[in-house]
Amino acid sequence: MQALYAQLLVGLINGSFYALLSLGLAVIFGMLNIINFAHGALYMMGAFCAYFLLNLGGINYWWALLLAPIIVGIFGMILERTLLQWLTGLDHLYGLLLTFGIALIVQGIFQNYFGSSGLPYAIPDQLRGGMNLGFMFLPIYRGWVVVFSLVVCLATWFLIERTRLGAYLRAATENPTLVRAFGINVPRMITLTYGLGVGLAALAGVLSAPINQVRPLMGADLIIVVFAVVVIGGMGSIMGSIITGFALGVVEGLTKYFYPEASNTVVFVLMVLVLLVKPTGLTGRAA
Amino acid sequence: MPEVMTASKPGQAATTSTILDVKNLESWYGESHILHGMNFTVNAGEVVTLLGRNGAGKTTTLKSIMGMIGKRTGSVAFNGQQLIRMTSDRIARLGIALCPEERGIFASLDVRENLLLPPVVRPGGLTLDQIFELFPNLKERLKSQGTKLSGGEQQMLAIARILRTGASFLMLDEPTEGLAPVIIQQIGHTIARLKKEGFTILLVEQNFRFASTVADRYYVVEHGKVIDGFANADLSANMDKLHTYLGV
Repeated sequence: MQALYAQLLVGLINGSFYALLSLGLAVIFGMLNIINFAHGALYMMGAFCAYFLLNLGGINYWWALLLAPIIVGIFGMILERTLLQWLTGLDHLYGLLLTFGIALIVQGIFQNYFGSSGLPYAIPDQLRGGMNLGFMFLPIYRGWVVVFSLVVCLATWFLIERTRLGAYLRAATENPTLVRAFGINVPRMITLTYGLGVGLAALAGVLSAPINQVRPLMGADLIIVVFAVVVIGGMGSIMGSIITGFALGVVEGLTKYFYPEASNTVVFVLMVLVLLVKPTGLTGRAA
Repeated sequence: MPEVMTASKPGQAATTSTILDVKNLESWYGESHILHGMNFTVNAGEVVTLLGRNGAGKTTTLKSIMGMIGKRTGSVAFNGQQLIRMTSDRIARLGIALCPEERGIFASLDVRENLLLPPVVRPGGLTLDQIFELFPNLKERLKSQGTKLSGGEQQMLAIARILRTGASFLMLDEPTEGLAPVIIQQIGHTIARLKKEGFTILLVEQNFRFASTVADRYYVVEHGKVIDGFANADLSANMDKLHTYLGV
């Protein structure tokens, strides 16, 4: 039983990263109509940003949680203004090629300077140690990652589905030309939306640094699964990507316990099944 | 012919001032050239109607004024300010609002969100209470998804949301299309009321029987040009011509 709970926890943690990343992808896709293949590289940049802040600036984990998403988010907004904005109206393939190219370049630069092995990032003092829950031992940092990710995901959902700003965003996703003709600066909103999605990826990177170490290819490994998550959940839905992210993490964890050989493929098997039955994804709206 | 259109009409009062002055407006959708030099004016407080067949360029004219068409040339002056190079968000902030063809109600927003979506661009817009007084149905449907409303309610919502913004120049694109006669009548009353409150309205209509109940002047659009124009008082004298233009 201990092992089952342990795998469930690992599943929830992976699910947290899936949810944060697929949420950002969903927001970006909705607004920019771009499948952001640079997402994994930006997640990695978030982790490196926390590493640099700590080792070069002596800035601790808590500040990194705030600063790394802002710094990497600004980098994302510069990318959008200089490169991605020219994709408007072009076929999806161009966006895929451009963002994939950006990912390769960014990852290549980091690999050049830091190699492929991991750099350590210590768990902050306040979150060290663990709790005995009776049925299992819970490392506090891992519990923190799950809870904090969930809070961030729900806050993002609230921002998009329940606020005035979110209404602009949803409306601009449907009909950007009309929203702009009402006097809203849609290009600026697009830039900020990309920044938001990138910021969420960077935040996931910071959260993951103490667990998975800081590696140039940490995002490249993860993003493949995240795209499967997005396909399963349905590209456009906010709540869909959150729920699917956590759920698939748990499914993976359970598979690790019951049939470990399939744990790396189970998400892709599910993806195939979903695509066969419901090509728009579980919560997706038809395009 | 276009020169005639920019000259002031004998029927106009001497005090009216030109709010919108469109000269030689041309525009393109990609490769296709839609407007071939539109010329017309709208004066303060008027209801001016663009009549014409499907595909004549009426909707494109509204979109071109609003800056929603990529390529446009010529001159669109609003209160003396040139709009031809402005982006549509800046044009909206000058106090021009569009109620688009097919209403443009957002499916992912509820009625309240749809209503509050266009930002207030200047003071003097209607309050929510005044809007609900004009359109009592909307008040009861605030929580409904925007596109779950009936066609008539959606049209009212589309008009209502631009009345809040403080824009005093409204462009309504076929507000009666596909609606029941009783609703068309209600929209007619609304337009008359808005005119009384000092709004200036540029209307696009296929239905000139409806237009004749609200319009001060007409322009007839064909192949992306204004080919004729007359005051409402001269409507019956122009009926034969109009039948030929519109093919009805």
